[in-house]
Amino acid sequence: MDITLPILILAIPITMFLVLGIGGVKMSRKLAGILGICGLGTTAVLAYIVALTYYFSGDANFIIDGVRQQYQVFDVTWLAFTQRLVVNIGFLLDPISALMLIVITTISFMVHLYSWGYMEHEPGFQRYYAFLSLFTFSMLGLVVATNIFQMYIFWELVGVSSYLLIGFFYKLPSAVSASKKAFIVTRFADLGFLIGILILSYYTETFNFVAMTNNPAAVLQEFGGATFMGASLLTWAMVLIFTGGMGKSAMLPLHIWLPDAMEGPTPVSALIHAATMVVAGVYLVARMFPVYCVVDASLTFVCYVGAATAFYAAVVACAQIDIKRVLAFSTISQIAFMMVSLGCAYDLPIEGVHYSGLGYMAGMFHLFTHAMFKALLFLGAGALIHAVHSNNYTAMGGLRKYMPITHWTFLIGCLAIAGIWPFAGFFSKDEMLAAMFNRHWFWGAWMMMVAGLTAFYMFRLYFLVFWWEENPHYKEHKPHDAPWQMSVPLIILAAVSFCCGWIDFGQFVTWNGVPYHIHIEWVKVAIPSLIVAICGIALATKMYMKKNDLPTKVKDFWPTLWEAAHRRFYWDEIYMFITHKIIFGIICKSIAWFDRHVIDATMDAFATITQKASYAIRGMQSGSIQAYVLWYFFGAIILAAITWLCLI
Amino acid sequence: MDLSMLWYLVPSVIMLVCGIYGFITRKNLIAILISLELMLNSADLNFVVFNRYLFPGSMDGMVFTLFAIAIAAAETAIAIAIIINIYRSIGNTDITEINKLKY
Repeated sequence: MDITLPILILAIPITMFLVLGIGGVKMSRKLAGILGICGLGTTAVLAYIVALTYYFSGDANFIIDGVRQQYQVFDVTWLAFTQRLVVNIGFLLDPISALMLIVITTISFMVHLYSWGYMEHEPGFQRYYAFLSLFTFSMLGLVVATNIFQMYIFWELVGVSSYLLIGFFYKLPSAVSASKKAFIVTRFADLGFLIGILILSYYTETFNFVAMTNNPAAVLQEFGGATFMGASLLTWAMVLIFTGGMGKSAMLPLHIWLPDAMEGPTPVSALIHAATMVVAGVYLVARMFPVYCVVDASLTFVCYVGAATAFYAAVVACAQIDIKRVLAFSTISQIAFMMVSLGCAYDLPIEGVHYSGLGYMAGMFHLFTHAMFKALLFLGAGALIHAVHSNNYTAMGGLRKYMPITHWTFLIGCLAIAGIWPFAGFFSKDEMLAAMFNRHWFWGAWMMMVAGLTAFYMFRLYFLVFWWEENPHYKEHKPHDAPWQMSVPLIILAAVSFCCGWIDFGQFVTWNGVPYHIHIEWVKVAIPSLIVAICGIALATKMYMKKNDLPTKVKDFWPTLWEAAHRRFYWDEIYMFITHKIIFGIICKSIAWFDRHVIDATMDAFATITQKASYAIRGMQSGSIQAYVLWYFFGAIILAAITWLCLI
Repeated sequence: MDLSMLWYLVPSVIMLVCGIYGFITRKNLIAILISLELMLNSADLNFVVFNRYLFPGSMDGMVFTLFAIAIAAAETAIAIAIIINIYRSIGNTDITEINKLKY
């Protein structure tokens, strides 16, 4: 493949960032918006061409005997520190990076278009588009990285753009603290990522993904039997690398930043905090999957973390008032679903069939469908917020008559995430559950319960927003559907969420490139999961469709639990306690004491001694020239005497 | 007639010591300047003598002395100018009065 298109895919967004970032203040809003949308539209077209060429052209670089290959379009030396430590920059095409190219550019384009309507009256419109371009550039760079160091660089860049966009309304103190929180928490996780990279590459002597993943057994061998604190060093490396993914993908216990990140503009939440950046952790595990496969312990760790997070987030989502927070926790839960799916994918034949590809394929499939319907839900939430000027469902209710387009698209999104046939979520969730049941029935049952909770809280949200009872405020301020720039992305994404489950995904993305034939196991998995989802929906319908006192009764049945779930099981308080009381209060205070009383005091002593000494002898500078000469004369005599004594 | 180097060096030392003594004990700036010139001339004398006796073939010391005399003349002119200015501003040239430049 020619390198022009891949380079342009990266070059256009960064150029747009520079043009809009530097020249934005001189541009009109309209020009900036059109420039941003056109730039991203071009990128999307090019990315589609590249991805579709990869999947369908049949070129020998991309596919050999039906097995999809990893192909490095280019891979050039960027920084050569030493002979061994060389950082490359390149463009890797393989099933998952081509998939991500499509997902990122699609969602990003939708969000660009949507923002034109949503952000119309906000100050700093041009700056907003500049940051969106920067984010798109970083995310594209992340997914096409040929080596883990390049991925790390772009990983930090998406962190920065996320920080900038969460704090877009920088005059709101809550937005400022949310952006700082997001940056610090993910940065803290990235420390683990960096250490993991260093350990891994120290032994493998390469950063390159292709070299590492094509021969994971060699990686295992290079590590030898090196162990640290009871676990093998390779396990440590992989777990530490996963820590970075935990931070970005908001896994327990590093999830605290994502709900707060909802302070950013809603389209940003749709793009960054639902569809693309937060799945970077899943992408990272998928990217390193062959290596994870040979290190059972680290994959099990992924599985446990995912399962705990999925359940936790689903429970918390049931007790949130802010509709964006519900969606945020739903995102955490769904990403955890993907993690468990990856964690359940082992390279072990069960009854003669290799199921290893299933969990991987299903996780990636869900990543794809989830990006579509979650972006749809977030953009729908944006339309609602646009209409009623509040984030809380208490200000909504009965909106279905006023906002038909939003209502129908949101319903499609909810059905898709609940996993109802024939919407997209059904297919991907079915495959994931099948993979989990293959691993162990416990994982399947556990995650099926989470899926039921998902159906419940999504429909709770849906009914509370669109049914329940009409808010009396509508008489003063009648809500209406959003302008076309916002409705068109909703309709497109709804159509995609409706039908993208029918794609024969196994033909395109598998862990080893060998096509996998999806067959839905109706009896064992699909029908039970459908029943669970329908039960969840039915419960939500019973409780929330018409105004009644059932929710209050349920709440009063065990108020402590509701309060705890509403306060997200006090994770923020725990963090506050650890940072303020323990780190600031005990550790930092003692360090500050040491600094003040030992280090500073030593320096002060030097200064004081010098000053005192000079005060004591300053009388010698009397102002009388003759005294100086006398001193000089004696000095000269003494020097002469010493010289003379030395010479004889 | 042969004069040893000592015949030149002893007057030179006497000139230097007189200069130092004068420099330290005189109160008048002009007198101090004269003492200074005395020390400078004793050094010049040394240059010439050492050149004459130790390196008879070369002229370095002689030439150096000529330069030193010229520069000493310029320096004296500057010193006189400073002294005149001091006299104009404080009305005398007593060194004990000029001690403001200190800690």
